[in-house]
Amino acid sequence: MAMLDVKDINVYYGAIHAVKDISFHVDEGEVVTLIGANGAGKSTILKTVSGLLRSRTGSVTFLESNIGGVPAHKIISRGLAQVPEGRAVFLQMTVEENLEMGGFTRPGSEIDPGLEKVYDLFPRLKERRRQIAGTLSGGEQQMLAMGRALMSKPRLLMLDEPSMGLAPILVEQIFDIIRTMHQAGTTILLVEQNAQMALSVADRGYVLETGRIVTTGTGADLLEDESVKKAYLGG
Amino acid sequence: MEFLSYLISGISLGSVYAIIALGYTMVYGIAKMLNFAHGDVIMVGGYISFCAVSYLGLPGWLSVLLAMAVCTVLGVVIEGLAYRPLRQATSLAVLITAIGVSYFLQNAALLIWGASPKGYTPVVSGQLPLFGGRLTISYVTLLTVGACIVIMIALTLFTGKTKMGKAMRACSENKAAAQLMGINVNRTISLTFAIGSALAAVAGVLLCSFSTSLMPTTGSMPGIKAFTAAVFGGIGSIPGAFLGGILLGIIESLAKAYISTQLANAILFAVLIVVLLVKPSGLLGKYVPEKV
Repeated sequence: MAMLDVKDINVYYGAIHAVKDISFHVDEGEVVTLIGANGAGKSTILKTVSGLLRSRTGSVTFLESNIGGVPAHKIISRGLAQVPEGRAVFLQMTVEENLEMGGFTRPGSEIDPGLEKVYDLFPRLKERRRQIAGTLSGGEQQMLAMGRALMSKPRLLMLDEPSMGLAPILVEQIFDIIRTMHQAGTTILLVEQNAQMALSVADRGYVLETGRIVTTGTGADLLEDESVKKAYLGG
Repeated sequence: MEFLSYLISGISLGSVYAIIALGYTMVYGIAKMLNFAHGDVIMVGGYISFCAVSYLGLPGWLSVLLAMAVCTVLGVVIEGLAYRPLRQATSLAVLITAIGVSYFLQNAALLIWGASPKGYTPVVSGQLPLFGGRLTISYVTLLTVGACIVIMIALTLFTGKTKMGKAMRACSENKAAAQLMGINVNRTISLTFAIGSALAAVAGVLLCSFSTSLMPTTGSMPGIKAFTAAVFGGIGSIPGAFLGGILLGIIESLAKAYISTQLANAILFAVLIVVLLVKPSGLLGKYVPEKV
């Protein structure tokens, strides 16, 4: 059985039908990506999985239990963490306080070892641990958001457009970290507009257009797919 | 010596404003709403303490604890019944609801305790003579200033050092992100109302100890002034509420003494307008640049 199994979800913002009959799954140990342009419904899907939005139909199953009606604040303790769109770090709190919030549901004894692990992965954050997050650069804030999510020791990590607004060299760095996290055993669901980067790290991908899945396949296949090339990879 | 005595009375009045303003600012900081019923919770606190002493014969300190307990429950109930259903509504709807709750509390008090003022016996009496009796400070004043400082320090430590306090700050910044961390936003907001209302009870007892009388409208003017103090110091900021409250008390006291008793409130609000023109976020208001 898949680790995360999303079946036939339909999500609305008022009258707007943002996500239409979407089904996909993520197996343990995989990196799966959802790619698509602005407004394709990618973030809406992640928000539905993490409980911030509700689907009118279908089901969201994680580790064999239905999480469709579980409130957002109870999702993380099930092993599902999300790095939200636009990072959403707590700007007025210090780097270390942000990370502590990431471990909110963990027992106090796990916080210090958790911090050490995150600082190993992101030495930059260690240098800036006492700094207010609002003073970090965009790339550093993305690292902080990822580190914060890792503090909860997730089984599945969902990343919402980690490359957004970052310089190409930083995008490379962020994707290196995604690879490292994957090699360390974290299952990853990655939402991206940067199809090239996303497909190059992903085992499998789904291509979204205006709320529907139009194509699916392995990362390598989708990179070679003519329609994907045309739409997302500049011919 | 005269100036010093006005200054001291200003600081003690300001300490009461500061305690009320701390409640305002915490609720605003986390729930992003102006709880205009806050002043009336002060009045309820005063009445509970009054009843505990006059009808039940309890000692003053116990009446304070009782008032705090009742107001804490009241605050949580108000939040749960009146504000929580409006969490997704526009801020204007919440504001109007808060004004409605304020009228409801005043009229409920009118029904229960009547319109005529009750004589309130201060929780502590007596005064401390200084400089051979040329200057006296009442024990209520000392208690008020002491309580205010203790409360400010306690809140600063709570929000800065404890897990729950940090979760509160996280909620104040970004509720969706806080939920993703596993923080129960509704429970955090309830807790904020509980703390704010307990502070309102303390403020009610101190306020009534100064004025020694109590009416259903007792809380409204100090409530508005404390709100002013919170904005003055920078709404959402704990040290700001403290500073704003103390400054407001001093300005009011000195304006009454040296300019005009009638004009004191006008002067107070004029100062607020000037401060906000120069520094719109208030004296210690937070400004964090957002990087995209």
